[in-house]
Amino acid sequence: MNLSCENLGWSVRGQSIVDGVTLEVREGETLGLIGPNGSGKSTLLKMLAGIQRPMRGKVMLGQRSLGDLPQREVARGIALVEQQADTADRITVRDAVELGRTPWLSALRPWSEDDSRIVARALDAVEMTAFDGRPWHTLSGGERQRVHIARALAQEPRILLLDEPTNHLDIHHQLSILDLVRKLPTTNVVALHDLNQAMECDRIALMHRGHLVALGMPEEVLTSDRLRRVFAVSARVMIDPDDGRRLFRFHRLEQMS
Amino acid sequence: MTQAAAYSAARRKLHWGWITPPVLFAAIIAGATIGETRIPVATVLQVLGNNLLGTDYAVGRIDAGIVWDYRVSRAVVAACCGAGLALSGVVLQALLRNALADPYLLGISAGASTGAVAVTVAGVGAGVISLSVGAFAGATLSFLLVAALARAAGGGMGVRGAGVIVLAGIAGSQLFNALTAFVIAKSANAEQARGIMFWLMGNLSGVRWDDVWLAVPAAALGLGACLWHVRSLDAFTFGAGSAASLGVPVRRVQIVLIGLAALVTAAMVSMVGSIGFVGLVVPHAMRFVVGVRHARLVPASALAGAVFLIVSDILSRVLVPGQVLPIGVITALVGAPAFALILVRGRAR
Ligand SMILES: Nc1ncnc2c1ncn2[C@@H]1O[C@H](COP(=O)(O)OP(=O)(O)OP(=O)(O)O)[C@@H](O)[C@H]1O
Ligand SMILES: [Mg+2]
Repeated sequence: MNLSCENLGWSVRGQSIVDGVTLEVREGETLGLIGPNGSGKSTLLKMLAGIQRPMRGKVMLGQRSLGDLPQREVARGIALVEQQADTADRITVRDAVELGRTPWLSALRPWSEDDSRIVARALDAVEMTAFDGRPWHTLSGGERQRVHIARALAQEPRILLLDEPTNHLDIHHQLSILDLVRKLPTTNVVALHDLNQAMECDRIALMHRGHLVALGMPEEVLTSDRLRRVFAVSARVMIDPDDGRRLFRFHRLEQMS
Repeated sequence: MTQAAAYSAARRKLHWGWITPPVLFAAIIAGATIGETRIPVATVLQVLGNNLLGTDYAVGRIDAGIVWDYRVSRAVVAACCGAGLALSGVVLQALLRNALADPYLLGISAGASTGAVAVTVAGVGAGVISLSVGAFAGATLSFLLVAALARAAGGGMGVRGAGVIVLAGIAGSQLFNALTAFVIAKSANAEQARGIMFWLMGNLSGVRWDDVWLAVPAAALGLGACLWHVRSLDAFTFGAGSAASLGVPVRRVQIVLIGLAALVTAAMVSMVGSIGFVGLVVPHAMRFVVGVRHARLVPASALAGAVFLIVSDILSRVLVPGQVLPIGVITALVGAPAFALILVRGRAR
């Protein structure tokens, strides 16, 4: 099942936030979505997830437009981990992850042992099993982030959209979440800020001021010239002598072009 | 989940199902027993038997009349109002993501009062629309106004909008209370005005069996809709966006459930006036007892709301000898301190 969008656009008060974005996410790939703050990454992801209605263009899931599908069916195919989602309710970690089963349950299909198993597996995948009964408000930022990811996993989607999933995470968990995501059998779109981490994606989409300015293999997209124009940094590429992988080192340029 | 845990979860469910009828029955018996003239429990049971089971106990005509025509109907309506208002509170708190959301604080009750008074006193609708319809129109109008005001003030539905929506609710309540006072001053005579003011504070003394046929369906409808939507209500835990990504048709659920909350509130207000704080206090208290998941919170709040209002009604009859207090006074005496507690607790975190 492929996720794609065509000429996607969204504006607020006459100002264009996302404009003319056309892309196709390939089955099974991990697509890195990068761009400066405010470039429209979160807005694009929300439209791709079907929780924000596009003003122009459309999102296609397989052969059908998201707008024509019932929300429930969309949620069985696509899960979104939002950048910021918090609650004042006194729910536990397990409660929060159990919410991921919502699109699969109904009055005729109540909670079952299978659902419990899926929830346990999701908790295990993000190394949060030990936190099972902890109240939400006692968790640290990174622990919350991992619970959100577990909830998305419990949704058993074919397509996983993650908005800065490594935000708040320590380096060990950053790497283990990205590893986990890449190894999942799902198709993934991951908004990231760390360009060295983005290099590990199969392909990269680069957003700038609401436009998709480049889409392709990481080495092709992240050229020094583009980084200068989009992020206003000068980037030096270094090669890791052990495995020949490319690493970036950045210097700030004073003027944002 | 281990087998033992699954077993105990199933047992707990059973336990809840069992507790409801006897508790409710006991509360209604208490409501029928206690009052200005105390009637023995045995007599109350005999009257109930005569009316419900077709038994033929010899009971004094006056006692039978007091128990069946006044007190039982009154207790049943009180139970329905309590359940309905508590469920309205649960729905509003879940969907607006706001701990202080409640039909009274958000001005829905005030709007319903204005609608009801406009129909009865000023004759709006020329006798074609009933009291309840007027109350529903007022309730809906006031909610839309308060929601629009809250949104314009930037509070919206977010976690941080708590203060803003309550302020908007206060503005809405004040406006509609003023409108009510205006309608009364313009169209009612002194006698009518006194009666209405008493009714507005919440009063069950006018309740008869006719009202039961509105109260029971309204409460049952509210309970049924909430039970049907328990998973959707849970899905709003992390906000509307998160609910949408979990497959909940957010707009439809909001319209249906908030519309129903307004409808149930309006039905209750049209019978007994506006009773405050039930929708606020009961769900919060129940969250302490059964937790925040709606599969348990909804039935628990309905039951507790029913019992709370029956008990408040009893207190309103016996607290000051020889005088009936408006029931809204009792619920406010309990509710205002509870409200303060919620504020303080919210800050401490
Ligand atoms: N509802 C809205 N009203 C007004 N402005 C909005 C709204 N939604 C998004 N924007 C603006 O659109 C721009 C893009 O927002 P978006 O959240 O998509 O950026 P982003 O690329 O995810 O940024 P970040 O890296 O900081 O997460 C921002 O400038 C934001 O202020
Ligand atoms: Mg963002």
